[in-house]
Amino acid sequence: MIAGGLFNRLGSRALWVAGILLAIAVLAPLSNLALPEGHALRLPNHMMPLLGKYLTYATLALALDLVWGYCGILSLGHAAFFALGGYAMGMHLMRQIGPYGVYANPVLPDFMVFLGWKELPWYWLGFDQFWFAALTTMFAPGLLAFLFGWLAFKSRVTGVYLSIITQAMTYALMLAFFRNDMGFGGNNGLTGFREILGRPIAAPETRAALFSASAILLALCFLLCSLIVRSKLGKLMIAVRDAESRARFLGYRADHVKLFVFTLSAMMAGLAGALHTPQVGIINPGAFDPGASIEVVIWAAVGGRGTLIGPILGAGLVSAGKSWFTTSFPEIWLFLLGGLFVFVTLFMPRGILGVFASLRAGWAARRASARKQAGVDPDPEPSEPESAPVLREAAP
Amino acid sequence: MRGFARFPGACGFARSLRALAAFLLLFVLAFGLRTAQAQEPAGEAAPAFAEAAPQDLAGIVAGMRDADLSGLRASVGALGALGEVEALPVLQALAAGTLNQSASGAMAIRIGPDRFVEAATGEPLEAASLGALKALRINNALRRDIAAVIGGLTLRNEDPAVRRSAAAQMFASPDPANLPLLEEALAGEEDSRVRRLMEQARAAILLRGGSASAEEITQAAGILAARGDRASLGLLNGALASAPEAARPALQEAVAKVRNRLAYWGIGQNVWSGISLGSVLLLAAIGLAITFGVMGVINMAHGEMVMIGAYVTFVVQNLVRTHHPGLFDVSLAIAVPAAFLVTGLVGVAIERGIIRWLYGRPLETLLATWGLSLIIQQGVRSIFGATNQNVGNPSWMSGAFELGGLTITWNRLWILVFALAVFALLLVVLNRTFFGLQMRAVTQNRRMASAMGVRTPWVDALTFGLGSGVAGLAGVALSQIDNVSPNLGQGYIIDSFMVVVFGGVGNLWGALVGAMTLGIANKFLEPYWGAVLAKIAILVFIILFIQYRPRGLFALKGRAAEA
Repeated sequence: MIAGGLFNRLGSRALWVAGILLAIAVLAPLSNLALPEGHALRLPNHMMPLLGKYLTYATLALALDLVWGYCGILSLGHAAFFALGGYAMGMHLMRQIGPYGVYANPVLPDFMVFLGWKELPWYWLGFDQFWFAALTTMFAPGLLAFLFGWLAFKSRVTGVYLSIITQAMTYALMLAFFRNDMGFGGNNGLTGFREILGRPIAAPETRAALFSASAILLALCFLLCSLIVRSKLGKLMIAVRDAESRARFLGYRADHVKLFVFTLSAMMAGLAGALHTPQVGIINPGAFDPGASIEVVIWAAVGGRGTLIGPILGAGLVSAGKSWFTTSFPEIWLFLLGGLFVFVTLFMPRGILGVFASLRAGWAARRASARKQAGVDPDPEPSEPESAPVLREAAP
Repeated sequence: MRGFARFPGACGFARSLRALAAFLLLFVLAFGLRTAQAQEPAGEAAPAFAEAAPQDLAGIVAGMRDADLSGLRASVGALGALGEVEALPVLQALAAGTLNQSASGAMAIRIGPDRFVEAATGEPLEAASLGALKALRINNALRRDIAAVIGGLTLRNEDPAVRRSAAAQMFASPDPANLPLLEEALAGEEDSRVRRLMEQARAAILLRGGSASAEEITQAAGILAARGDRASLGLLNGALASAPEAARPALQEAVAKVRNRLAYWGIGQNVWSGISLGSVLLLAAIGLAITFGVMGVINMAHGEMVMIGAYVTFVVQNLVRTHHPGLFDVSLAIAVPAAFLVTGLVGVAIERGIIRWLYGRPLETLLATWGLSLIIQQGVRSIFGATNQNVGNPSWMSGAFELGGLTITWNRLWILVFALAVFALLLVVLNRTFFGLQMRAVTQNRRMASAMGVRTPWVDALTFGLGSGVAGLAGVALSQIDNVSPNLGQGYIIDSFMVVVFGGVGNLWGALVGAMTLGIANKFLEPYWGAVLAKIAILVFIILFIQYRPRGLFALKGRAAEA
């Protein structure tokens, strides 16, 4: 019954996407682990963490799109939430190194011994427990987003101003995490991980499990977002995006809506970051770089903002492109990325999905007019469940 | 001179600003272009003046050819007896080991790799014409002699500036051996400023020597308390340990006095560094404030305009260096209009090519200009390489001078003057020209301005060009104090945003007040929290501040704010 109700709320397309993601979560590790080396369908070992990384990026892009595409909040600091989640997981993994570090200190991570610290700072306590670290990956970014959003949305900081202070937020965090005194490894960040949940972190089985976890996380986030944008709250979000003042005058608390979505989105980003860290094996302050946050925005923009599938597509395509170009043609990657920003904003404001949608709309119109000319009554077109709403922002 | 301490109050309003600018200019004129260079330290031994027949400089220098150590000693004595300041380069070169005798018969001083001057006359010599060179060798005893002769020559020199620097040198490295020399010079000194310096040097020697009487020490403490800088504090503290009981209260009082004075000057120095940082922020942010204010778009490529301005400076300097080396000192003056034009044109091209298609969508503009900034960065990296380019300081911008307890570098001072000049010029353009009138009209109400016949697209393009051009000017200034690399702009873009967000976009005063406030606040926090934490604190402060004034300090009021 409940499943049936959910099915109705979600619509078939969202379930299809989630199903595909779950299938990937099972099939890709299977092909990596079960098929013999050299088999045509086998995913090579080095691909697993790479693809897993893209999946976490897709989750991040999805989280950003929930606030940007549906609620009109252009956050230029979303990578900060991702990085915070990553740091929380990194702290757990540092504690898991235990006595196997260079200095063989059973409690203190190497960099603390190197700095001459005698005991663990209070904020590192509890990170030896996985459950605590896992909760922190979600609640640390959530708390930051809640405080930040509470301040910003209450005083109606909107538009470009909000974008810029989110950028200031991630920049301040970057500066802070670069400091050795902060106790997060300074410039080098956290690295040299050995084990996660008692398993060696570089083993193919662990990698496969992390990949599956990333795919499942993405599927769950996708379902959650689908539920939200289809609910009454989702309608309200779009109302706030398109005409915030009007929504407020009608009696809705626009600030509450924004705060909820922003915090939820930050928590999803934090979880994605937590899965990112063990797969790439390092987290450092560069993750807070404002440029990284803006790259997330372009993922969502390329795929198609205001849709939930778009950011996943965009994150995958742009990240794969980046991996390929930065190794093969490092010179031209920035030209391409920069060109992508300009091209997408000028010519594809609704992204790849937007192009498909308008193509389909064009065909439908042509078919309808053709039928009309032939004297046949056009069928009432079923309303598009995932249709990208009109993208409009308050004029400056 | 002390009037400079009025600085802190001067950052608010036009009149005081103008007064300030006038002040700074006066300063520059009054002080001449450079402070005197440091001299060789005075040596230990009393001068051993050898008797020598009266000779001219060239004769003595010629006599040094093939001389043994005792011969050189005699020549040094003769140079001292000559009492001419022209002998100084020879003595310094001898002490430094750069005095050479050449096979061609000339005595040559090496002043650089393969660059020589004639020792007695200072005229440049062709390196190729000199033939084999042999440096004159000296020993430590002779080195002390040379130092003493240099000290004597300079302390009794006719030029007060030379005497002053000699006395300052003796103060910096107080040596009891110099006391007789100094007292002799002091007795004959008439210039009051030189006299004061010599007295300070004498006080320093007395305190350092440890054999002075209580009375002498009390007197010396008074003199040093009046001088009141960090060096005086060090001397007084050092003397406190070994001084006789009777002199102790005077020393303690002097220490307290100097500490107090230093604390005040420390505040002054912070204010100065803050104003200096503020002027840099102002230059970087003011163009942004214009484009943001008029068009409501944030130009993420603004930092890259600054970077292009710096590269234009680099190119102009290189052209000047290769074609007209004599004009090197004015190369910056050529770079200023060049940078303005280049970046202004780039700005107009960006507006026509990209931004005008995105009006009404400020967030998209932000993304597109960010993409543009990546392209420009990579473009510059491909053309000029990723390494830092060397942009030289013209002579009038290098070095520093002391002002009371403040150390002020010339380049920072000029950048402040430049920033204020650009600011004043923009005020005039915005408030007194027809273009400025149209621009303000568009800022306040775009549709009404358009209805009244203002060609808003044209105004937009020119405004964007103006904002970018001003960024280019900032690049010229920043090329003097920062590394000219493709990443130059990125370091400033967030700070400029902070200035604009804090100051508001209502008018240019927002940018000025924002820049100066953030600059000074930053420099006041730095000594306590360190540079990074201070910056973080400023960012957090702005994030909190914007809650109370979501549109900045100088927000537009009324209907214009709703647009």
